[in-house]
Amino acid sequence: MSTTHQPSPLAKLEQKTVHEIIVKGKRIDERGPLDYRPLTITLGSVEKANGSAQVELGKTRILAGVKIQTGTPFEDTPNEGILTVNAEFTPLAYPTFETGPPDEDSIELARVVDRGIRESKAIDLEKLCIEPGKKVFVVFVDIYVLDHDGNLIDAAGMAALGALVSATMQEFEVKGGELRFKESKVAVPMRNYPVPMTSVKIGTSVVVDPCLEEEQVMSCRLTVTTDKNDNVCAMQKGGLGVFTPEEIKQIVSSSIQQSRELREKILSKVK
Amino acid sequence: MGNKEQVRLIDKNGLRVDGRRLDELRPVKLEVGVLDKADGSAYIEHGRNKILAAVFGPREAHPKHIALADRAVVRCRYHMAPFSTDERKSPAPSRRELELSKVIREALEPSIMSEYFPRSSIDIFIEVLQADAGTRCAGVTSASLALADAGIPLRELVAACAAGKIDGQVVLDLSDIEDKKGDADLPVAFMPKSNAVGLLQMDGSMTDSELKQALDMSINACRTIYEMQKDALRRKYHVEREEETEEIAEVKA
Repeated sequence: MSTTHQPSPLAKLEQKTVHEIIVKGKRIDERGPLDYRPLTITLGSVEKANGSAQVELGKTRILAGVKIQTGTPFEDTPNEGILTVNAEFTPLAYPTFETGPPDEDSIELARVVDRGIRESKAIDLEKLCIEPGKKVFVVFVDIYVLDHDGNLIDAAGMAALGALVSATMQEFEVKGGELRFKESKVAVPMRNYPVPMTSVKIGTSVVVDPCLEEEQVMSCRLTVTTDKNDNVCAMQKGGLGVFTPEEIKQIVSSSIQQSRELREKILSKVK
Repeated sequence: MGNKEQVRLIDKNGLRVDGRRLDELRPVKLEVGVLDKADGSAYIEHGRNKILAAVFGPREAHPKHIALADRAVVRCRYHMAPFSTDERKSPAPSRRELELSKVIREALEPSIMSEYFPRSSIDIFIEVLQADAGTRCAGVTSASLALADAGIPLRELVAACAAGKIDGQVVLDLSDIEDKKGDADLPVAFMPKSNAVGLLQMDGSMTDSELKQALDMSINACRTIYEMQKDALRRKYHVEREEETEEIAEVKA
């Protein structure tokens, strides 16, 4: 059952400080309200994966790996490959992350990242069909949270995108229903590049890319995932607070603007 | 949104597959106090969705370690019956149901004055008996009524409704086929007096302006549903008060 979280472990005094600084239009790490933290992306560090990307967003660190295997298609999409996104909040990343089955936060994160990739039709899944109704490629995107300093959704979304655009697979051909692999490698067929952008509301202020302290005092957050054509392809509100419709509209517009730069940054790494 | 064979979802007269206009809600029926043993309950039929919501509490938090010193914990389970969908759904909670339980809780919790009930829990159970797109919204609408029926102090009722995009047009309250074949879905939960959005999700593809149009459309529908919720509460509790007055009248006579 989904249960109210225990209050944040952040000391009351520290919470008050974070809050007061935000109200003054500043931030605890001296960024402006719409400034993103420095972003580093390293591609291909895991050679055994078809694709991998490590994203460092401030001190948040996430590794995403892509594995491609064969499997059976879903009945309602017999000509399409399958996308599966999973997230692990590893116990290395944060004192209260525990081992065991995924909790609702990691499920939510994986599903928000999944929606961005799926709804923007980022992967051309029809090109991953081997034999309609019988055999297709399954693209597993596994997200590993290594260090948690806030805004896991954005870091995970960008790591997943980085891993996918850099992923390669054995070139294949299908002859008489038989799958045969060739020597050469090809890129995973990608046609769109979704980027999530999360803003949080603290008091009446809205700031992007919350660090951990900001996340712990936020009233709520809104993630807006946009694609390469400036369309919104996924959104998710989280947290116990509420947004006014005007705040939402503002966040959507600025997220569309800002995500262009991040998308460029990720894609420039691949070329 | 799902795979698209080209199906026309809006005809040349601007009407949808089920004959609705673009900004028209499906028929909504609300009933309060439908279960005997729950502290509060409500039933909603929203189009072909049929959903029961029950609330227990405030009651002692169990297990004890989940209790909070300064307010009640709110727990929420959204669940679909195995027979509620075209294909049988496994009764084990899916990842989708776990996510929806969370976003529904986050939509309802801002409305609950949980600070009055420290160390206790307020448990919300939403059981989808028949699903036809828009179950999370209908679930929020009915659960908010069940909370009111349980006598839990609320800042406001929460109403929810989705808007979306089909055949390139922004429309209200997608039905099952529109959800599967359409372009986008935007579920929203809203508290009219506080002008507050507590649940917001979106999938599909919409431009900035389409999204804003859809948001306004769904918020408008939430206002309509909010009135229906108040009506449903009045229907339940108005009658009881009348009986009381009659009794008093009899005593006086």
